[in-house]
Amino acid sequence: MLDQTPPNETKASVNGHGPLLPLELRALSFEANGRRVIDRLDLTIDEPGITVIMGPNGAGKSVLLRLVHGLIAPTGGEVFWGGKRLDRELARRQAMVFQKPVLLRRSAAANIWHALGLRGVARSDRAIRVGDALKLAGLERRATTPARVLSGGEQQRLCLARALSLEPDILMLDEPTASLDPASTLAIEELLIDAQRRGIKIIVVTHDVGQARRLARDVVFLHHGRIVEHQAARNFFEQPQSDTARAFLAGGLVL
Amino acid sequence: MADFLQAFHTALRLIVTFDPRLVEIVLLSLRVSLLAVAIASVIGFAVGGALAVYRFPGRGAVSAVLSALMGLPPVVAGLFVYLLLSNTGPLGVLQLLYTPTAMIIAQVVLVVPIIAALTRQACEDLLEEYDEQLRSLGASSSAIVATLLWDGRYRLITAVLAGFGRAIAEVGAVMIVGGNIDHVTRTMTTAIALETSKGEIALALALGIVLLLTAFAVNGALMSVRRFASRLAYA
Repeated sequence: MLDQTPPNETKASVNGHGPLLPLELRALSFEANGRRVIDRLDLTIDEPGITVIMGPNGAGKSVLLRLVHGLIAPTGGEVFWGGKRLDRELARRQAMVFQKPVLLRRSAAANIWHALGLRGVARSDRAIRVGDALKLAGLERRATTPARVLSGGEQQRLCLARALSLEPDILMLDEPTASLDPASTLAIEELLIDAQRRGIKIIVVTHDVGQARRLARDVVFLHHGRIVEHQAARNFFEQPQSDTARAFLAGGLVL
Repeated sequence: MADFLQAFHTALRLIVTFDPRLVEIVLLSLRVSLLAVAIASVIGFAVGGALAVYRFPGRGAVSAVLSALMGLPPVVAGLFVYLLLSNTGPLGVLQLLYTPTAMIIAQVVLVVPIIAALTRQACEDLLEEYDEQLRSLGASSSAIVATLLWDGRYRLITAVLAGFGRAIAEVGAVMIVGGNIDHVTRTMTTAIALETSKGEIALALALGIVLLLTAFAVNGALMSVRRFASRLAYA
């Protein structure tokens, strides 16, 4: 396991207004229809870089991400960001990209413009940030194209560009490349590596072992709503401690 | 049969020569229904959007009532507004009965449920898709309503056209609160009813043709809006 940092130790954030790390989960639980999807999780993530959450289908990865982002409320336990409970101010410093691109029925540029408006970015700054974001994602020439007629890969790149235009401290992604071809997947991964270099903390859910190897600084392995392992990536891939993780990495069927 | 052909011939002549009686009636009808639909749209968008997004006790009941009122018989809407506006009614002091304003009010009552119910449905469908993304972006409830209304704009246009089709074609409501007074509150539908019963088939037929053409135009507009929206993946 990684070193457990005490809760009060904090790290400076990118934007400099109060630290968001460490992310701490204390006895976090989520029940739906009488089933424990997340089962008393304790976890501390206090290093920058890319944290990958892995696990077989139904392990609770997506639900965990939504709990951490505040989209759903836990039925037990708590989430702390930098020692504080998630509030509106902290939520504004996070962004999330979903498995299936959710794009408004507007042009590519208008999608980013709209998100910046919701975050209260001044109109005068929006145009510049829209342009920068489109350029980053290689979508400048698609600016006026209706977002929903873009290809699947372009749509997900636009979603990522929109999230990055918000200049978040924390970026969360739920299986962002699950339905993309290799070229689109590579484009997304390059954007993530670049964002991570600029100091954005990234938490990405995936069940693609190759992607996890390419991206992860540390890996949280989830199974049946519990954390089976939390290790530095190198240790996890070379010497997984648990049978389930070993089986998963070997490409076996983990039930 | 000869009578009918004669009447049809006269009707066409009334139309192509822009007969002043005919034109007056057509313009009043259009003015009443267009204004009513404009007002009903503002109300309907707000009510429908709010019903889709805000959670409050009785929300399901309100939605159910709204859907049921889509089939509100025009005569009942007319009767309701008549009671409101009659001398002994709560709004009697305004002296609005038998005026175009009264007809507009009656048609607003008739059309609001249609536009509101269709708007709610359109917004709810969109919200299902957008909810997590918008909340992740930190959208307030009012910002969510605004987003849904704009993204549902093509479906809202079709809702408005449906409302207009209903308003322009109804006879019961405008008849009761307007009174079918010549030069004041005589619309296409009430004039058709009256002229037919008087045996003045030509004018009735001419108005019927105009009404039919209006209905075709509305339907054509509906289809082109749908085609345009689906081509841009905005549907």
